[in-house]
Amino acid sequence: MSDNLRTSASKFIDQTTRVSFKFDGKTYFGFKGDTLASALLANNVHLVGRSFKYHRPRGIMTSGSEEPNAIIQINKNSSVTEPNVRATEVEIYDGLEASSQNCWPSVNFDIGGINNILSPLLPAGFYYKTFMWPASFWEKYEYFIRKSAGLGQSPTEPDPDIYDHNYVHCDVLIIGGGISGIMAAKISAENNFKTLLLEEKPNLGGTTIYQKNDYFKINDQYSSEWLEKEIDQIKNLKNLEIKTRTSVAAYHGYNYLLARENLTDHLPIEKKQNTIRQRLLKIRAKKVITATGSIERPLIFDNNDRPGIMLSSAIKKYADFYGVACGKENVLFTNNDTAYETAISLNNKGVKVNAIVDIREENKSDLTNEINNAGIKIYNSYTVINTKGYKKINKITIMKLSKDGKTVTDSKVDIKCDCLGVSGGWTPAVHLFTQSGGKLKFDDNDNIFIPNKYPSDQLSIGSCNGNLELEDIISNINVSLKNFLKIDKTNFEKLKINSSKSISKRNIWLLPSNKTVSKTKAFVDFQNDATAKDIKLALREGFRSIEHVKRYTTTGMGTDQGKLGNMNALGIISDTSNVKMSDLGTTTFRPPYTPLTFGTIVGRNVGEFFDTFRKTPMHDWHVQYKAKFENVGQWKRAWYYPKGNESMHDAVQRESKAAREGAGILDASTLGKIDIQGSDASEFLNRVYTNAWSKLAVGKCRYGLMLNEDGMVYDDGVTTRLSENHYIMTTTTGGAANVLGKLEDYLQTEWPELDVYLTSVTDHYATASVCGPNSKKIISKIIPNLDLSDESFPHMSFKNAKIGNIKCRVMRISFTGEQSYEINIQANYGKSLWEKCMEAGNEFNITPYGTETMHLLRAEKGFIIVGQDTDATLTPIDLQMDWIVSKKKYDFIGKRSLYRSDTIRDDRKQLVGILTDDPNEVLEEGAQIVADTSKKPVEMLGHITSSYFSPNLNKSIALGVVKGGKNMMGQKLFVPMKDKIINVKIADPVFLDKENKRLNA
Amino acid sequence: MFIINCPYCGEREQSEFKAGGEAHIVRPKQPTELSDDEWAEYLFMRKNIKGIQLERWVHIHGCRKWFNMVRDTSNDQIHAVYKMGEKPPIK
Repeated sequence: MSDNLRTSASKFIDQTTRVSFKFDGKTYFGFKGDTLASALLANNVHLVGRSFKYHRPRGIMTSGSEEPNAIIQINKNSSVTEPNVRATEVEIYDGLEASSQNCWPSVNFDIGGINNILSPLLPAGFYYKTFMWPASFWEKYEYFIRKSAGLGQSPTEPDPDIYDHNYVHCDVLIIGGGISGIMAAKISAENNFKTLLLEEKPNLGGTTIYQKNDYFKINDQYSSEWLEKEIDQIKNLKNLEIKTRTSVAAYHGYNYLLARENLTDHLPIEKKQNTIRQRLLKIRAKKVITATGSIERPLIFDNNDRPGIMLSSAIKKYADFYGVACGKENVLFTNNDTAYETAISLNNKGVKVNAIVDIREENKSDLTNEINNAGIKIYNSYTVINTKGYKKINKITIMKLSKDGKTVTDSKVDIKCDCLGVSGGWTPAVHLFTQSGGKLKFDDNDNIFIPNKYPSDQLSIGSCNGNLELEDIISNINVSLKNFLKIDKTNFEKLKINSSKSISKRNIWLLPSNKTVSKTKAFVDFQNDATAKDIKLALREGFRSIEHVKRYTTTGMGTDQGKLGNMNALGIISDTSNVKMSDLGTTTFRPPYTPLTFGTIVGRNVGEFFDTFRKTPMHDWHVQYKAKFENVGQWKRAWYYPKGNESMHDAVQRESKAAREGAGILDASTLGKIDIQGSDASEFLNRVYTNAWSKLAVGKCRYGLMLNEDGMVYDDGVTTRLSENHYIMTTTTGGAANVLGKLEDYLQTEWPELDVYLTSVTDHYATASVCGPNSKKIISKIIPNLDLSDESFPHMSFKNAKIGNIKCRVMRISFTGEQSYEINIQANYGKSLWEKCMEAGNEFNITPYGTETMHLLRAEKGFIIVGQDTDATLTPIDLQMDWIVSKKKYDFIGKRSLYRSDTIRDDRKQLVGILTDDPNEVLEEGAQIVADTSKKPVEMLGHITSSYFSPNLNKSIALGVVKGGKNMMGQKLFVPMKDKIINVKIADPVFLDKENKRLNA
Repeated sequence: MFIINCPYCGEREQSEFKAGGEAHIVRPKQPTELSDDEWAEYLFMRKNIKGIQLERWVHIHGCRKWFNMVRDTSNDQIHAVYKMGEKPPIK
């Protein structure tokens, strides 16, 4: 571009360091310190994007995070590309590549622009109205909607950048480093509060830092000069930490806040490598001071969205801070004095201001006098009724406002311009305040919502508190901080302040024009193309709640979350529906305040750290022997051990046969283990299990079933009496933590009189379970001096033993129905125990088996797995386990529920064995069981809970729950599948060795 | 994310705790003497108040102790914590 709109040197920009960057493939130059927006404007590039719905050309409108239009894509590299980034926030660096979004083939010629011409066909709620019928067409519509929806493109490859999370604690957190935040930081830190000051921009000082205006002075200095000295001073305060480029995303209850600290986005590419890109700060603050400032409002008139139409405060910042003129022929359109400051700034830099159009009938302030002296024409009581210029504004048309402001009169006046600054007043940035649960009130004088009720120990100061004039800001800080921090005085009580005050006020939410509203495009939400016409249509169609109007028209639903447009939308709704603003309320502001990347949210919790898992001490052995793993809770458990190219089915069949014919070994370390001690331990077990425990002899083991108070089976496992007052309880793998929690609950809250102590020892022991006809021989090889005779060491008993010098506990218990020994050893010996078993078992063809074989073997015996065969709707009676429910015990958890009217019904679902007529047909777990397929709808009697092909019985076996199944032994039923109906019959759930002979074989 | 003042450990993050529902519902001493309706009253019925509620919490990832809390469910303000067996400090 030949145009260079850099007007003057600026000390905020390093004009000695040129930076080259690309926008839409073209190379431009800016200076170090420029944002992408300021650098583009310096090159006279206004057109940077297309609007969402109508694809209208759009330019840079603001200078901050509220930007609705200049939303761009950063970098083309598919792994680090970032969509929907605000050009006003991107600091340029050498090698930056940026491009427009939502346009094809290019921002200058965009085919989607046809939507602008078709706009009468695209009213509010267009999608809701159009794509509803015929319903069967939805899939076709969806394709096109998805194609045209969204703005930028998501990255398609994993994010290579590093993100971090940090916990931060402080006495006082100050959000916003403008004049208010800096004053508060100084007061707080000097009074010995550990203070943290966060600012989203790269520099401190807000808008004051570039305020070089004779009408805003503190202690007879420019307010900017005064503030600069203050900033220099606070940088040396010991109690104060300052973080710039750090934006608070969320403000939760109890003063818990999330902030994103941006560390490398502004650095050249070579300095971004191998370092943390962004950090999520998790802040817990005793007190929070919100000094987030305010956002200028646009004015709402026909064609108010053309490139070159900007906020007046943004034009001022580009001029004073970046040394960039946004236009050569400027016009300002305003309802307050802010635009006059902009005009003075431009005029001082020799940039031409053609006119100021002011809707107020008169205005008397120091600033207006200055404008008059400069000879700039002011059109009082005028409004802009239209603008011209497709890709860049070139002319505005104004007309005189009527007394009531509802119509325009007299003749049209055209004013030439290439940049129009608009100011509709200021909206306090109360987003974080309301996120925290704060309640707002409406100030009729300034037409703003301001903080009213604080939900936590916090304070809003400055313009986000509705203090819009310099004197008010400073005097309010002095008063409110003394109270908030409980201090006697501040350093700022004797400041001499001279400032111009905006005296006259006039606010018109929707400016009138010579056309009816329905013929205009007066944009309220620029990003989502919601116009005043759309809002009025929604109201005509009966929408009343502000939340409904928002969703119907999509006002405030863009990536800017309505930072610019919401107040105007509310105002138009209020005027149209005759509801007071204070009664209308606002929509809910939700986190994040500005968009966060997913990388920042997840931090280091990616890849293997995404979800932590638990490994048994034998894990490495399983890996070495090619085990496939299954997730059980957080555990990785060996699932099966395929040999060579063996399939899962083949491996499980082989393992299952080997365990019954020779020997098998299972890693049972994951089972929950709870150490129970105390003089009332037996009584405690009596109360938590359904069966009786008082008479269990020392050295014996017993299977126990635990219920919920509602009578439903909760957990099961074997508990061993190690000594008089010492038991070790095992739980299911997945239930361990919950069982311990439940036991502690009863112990502490219902039975505090019991002398019982519970300790989780799951991780302290490793467990190898050796089963099969050869198990006894293998154990005797490992522990030669242990008497394994059935007389001395019968089934369901326990012995202390030693392997070498290492103590271990051996339990003779069985989940497979085979003779079986479980060796528990201190966890760090787990792997060597396992290897010893393998070595000793080698001559007996010992076969490691995984959880799948374990499940198959226990199913052959009809043993339940809590959570697979049960689902918290089955009592022990339903499971045909009446034998384990003590009739003698006065009480245990869940006992009373076993004879509620509902639990004694005969037609409850009950656990039964299921055999298929065809022994080779293996049922699907979860398949439905029915009796009669002729009557529709078919009544479901139950479902299959476990199903396997048993290699030991050479047939298919299954367990299932069936309504009234207990009394249906031998009855024929059906399992309907997609392509066939399988004939089955109800059987005894114990398929193998009903006499339990194998336990002693 | 509340800060909860565990009566045994002091102030900790909410993530260390687990809620356990309404407090001061005593398990009947003689459940077998109760009618279905009386048992159901104990088993299922909970108040779920909007406002000040007495609740059970456990410092599950800390000392594992259960305790009681006075919490305003409408704004999550915790007015008091007290040990199991103690009387609520406010009505």
